[in-house]
Amino acid sequence: MAINEDTVKYVAHLARIDLSPKELEKLSHELKEILEFIDRLTKVDIKDIAPTSHILPVNNVLREDNPAASLPSDRALDNAPKRQGSFFAVPKVIE
Amino acid sequence: MDLSKLTAHELTVKIDKGEITPADIVQSLKERIKGADAKNKAYVRIPDALEAQVETGKADSALRGVPVSIKDNICTKGYNTECCSKILCGFKPPYDATVIRKLKEAGATIFPAKTNMDEFAFGSSTENSCYGPTRNPWDPDTVPGGSSGGSASAVASDEAIMALGSDTGGSIRQPASFCGVVGLKPTYGRVSRYGLIAFASSLDQIGPLTKDVRDSAILMNAISGHDPLDSTSVDIAVPDYTRALEGGAKGVKIGIPGEYFAQGLDKEVKAIVEEAINKLRQLGAEDAQVSLPNSQYAIPVYYIVATAEASSNLARFDGVQYGFRKADPKAALIDMYKGTRREGFGDEAKRRIILGTFALSHGYYDAYYLRALKVRTLIKNDFDRVFSEFDCVVTPTSPTVAFKIGEKAADPLAMYLSDICTISANLAGIPAISIPCGFTRKGLPVGLQILAKPFNEELLFRLAYAYEQGTDWHKMKPKL
Repeated sequence: MAINEDTVKYVAHLARIDLSPKELEKLSHELKEILEFIDRLTKVDIKDIAPTSHILPVNNVLREDNPAASLPSDRALDNAPKRQGSFFAVPKVIE
Repeated sequence: MDLSKLTAHELTVKIDKGEITPADIVQSLKERIKGADAKNKAYVRIPDALEAQVETGKADSALRGVPVSIKDNICTKGYNTECCSKILCGFKPPYDATVIRKLKEAGATIFPAKTNMDEFAFGSSTENSCYGPTRNPWDPDTVPGGSSGGSASAVASDEAIMALGSDTGGSIRQPASFCGVVGLKPTYGRVSRYGLIAFASSLDQIGPLTKDVRDSAILMNAISGHDPLDSTSVDIAVPDYTRALEGGAKGVKIGIPGEYFAQGLDKEVKAIVEEAINKLRQLGAEDAQVSLPNSQYAIPVYYIVATAEASSNLARFDGVQYGFRKADPKAALIDMYKGTRREGFGDEAKRRIILGTFALSHGYYDAYYLRALKVRTLIKNDFDRVFSEFDCVVTPTSPTVAFKIGEKAADPLAMYLSDICTISANLAGIPAISIPCGFTRKGLPVGLQILAKPFNEELLFRLAYAYEQGTDWHKMKPKL
């Protein structure tokens, strides 16, 4: 399956990464090569094969809903690049 | 006496006799690091770490205060944890990973310097670190492997007694092989991932890098077990792994998969691994040829599954809660995200995030992601079939010895192919160990990989220890 610069540009937008024109060109070329390699998977007969997203026969792990101490907000904010009072500060979202 | 050269089990004997204290070991390591790390670069942020007040474990505990060095993607309360990425620079976790808590409870000393790694564990050479590459102590022009290259190099050069790494596609075993040390990837679910900064959640496991097999068992005793904070960890009793060591190789049924000895395998590596299999035979193991036909698809499956999961896991790095933010007072929120991620992530991280986002995006999901998950089932079925007749599978850990720094840096696909022998174990969720099994004429170490059924680490220890006792490879030290 072909991947071109427009697709990479769109996917980079979905992934919230700015790419310089040079990066875009280089990455498009590299991803094309990697996907050509990955395309060998189209040769495999996967009819009636179930997908494995998790390797162990474990699902719906439940526990009692017991309240426990949570991280104090000051500690959670310690690593914030920018904070305002007890909030993470970000650029204005709504005009 | 230079304590840095000893193993944990040798140090605990000295502590029990009252000859040394945990603080003496830390002091020895610091001196060793001052002498060797300027060249080796196994650790990051060294100056801060060497000045840190180290809280040592107690001498009357299971681990007797022996220091353990920690990869930079495992959260250590109070010590920076940055995944060797600019986007996490300055991050001080407000909590300990479960493995760190367990190590402290077992009486280990958490060594304050963190080990170098490929950014977010994306790589096979430790060249993708924002702190620059680590060297292989056997030849400083070559890579130590990756992504746990700092941990492997530190253990090999006696800059660490023992270390933790993480393994998503071979990131413990391949560097262990390149540096001539013992590296174990546990069964998926054996060790809690709580506090391991996630790369690919269905593949990641934390595991030990050590100077010998006994230390590997000792470290596994300390870190294994169910954790309510990681719902993918499994509630199966943890045996005392050191009791499995003396079982011997007699009667162990070994499968040798032809696919791992085919094209691409270095001739010298092949001969050394075949000699190691011969040794196992002499020790009483019984071997036969087996086939894992879907192994040929392991790398393409991995680079879809792992990048898809990574693209989702790394969405949290957006300049809001921690780490680096691209500050531009005029930027709108979305531009702040995009600018932060452009400057904060290195090339390989961007490549993988974009590949993974592509594989999950509308119109490509069925063709790539879903197809890869189905082929993953076939790879797992291959192992199930072989393990119905055999106790374990033995292969080279890597098709080559350590390559030159820079040799594969410009060719992502060539770098991906260096994981060809290790990736299947992660996709199948099975445990695998790499042990030193010889040296090439140029003096570079070769690793032997043993893989077993899920939750059968004991068999790995049993066979690895039998081999180690019959050889001297683990006693070889690089000249630094």
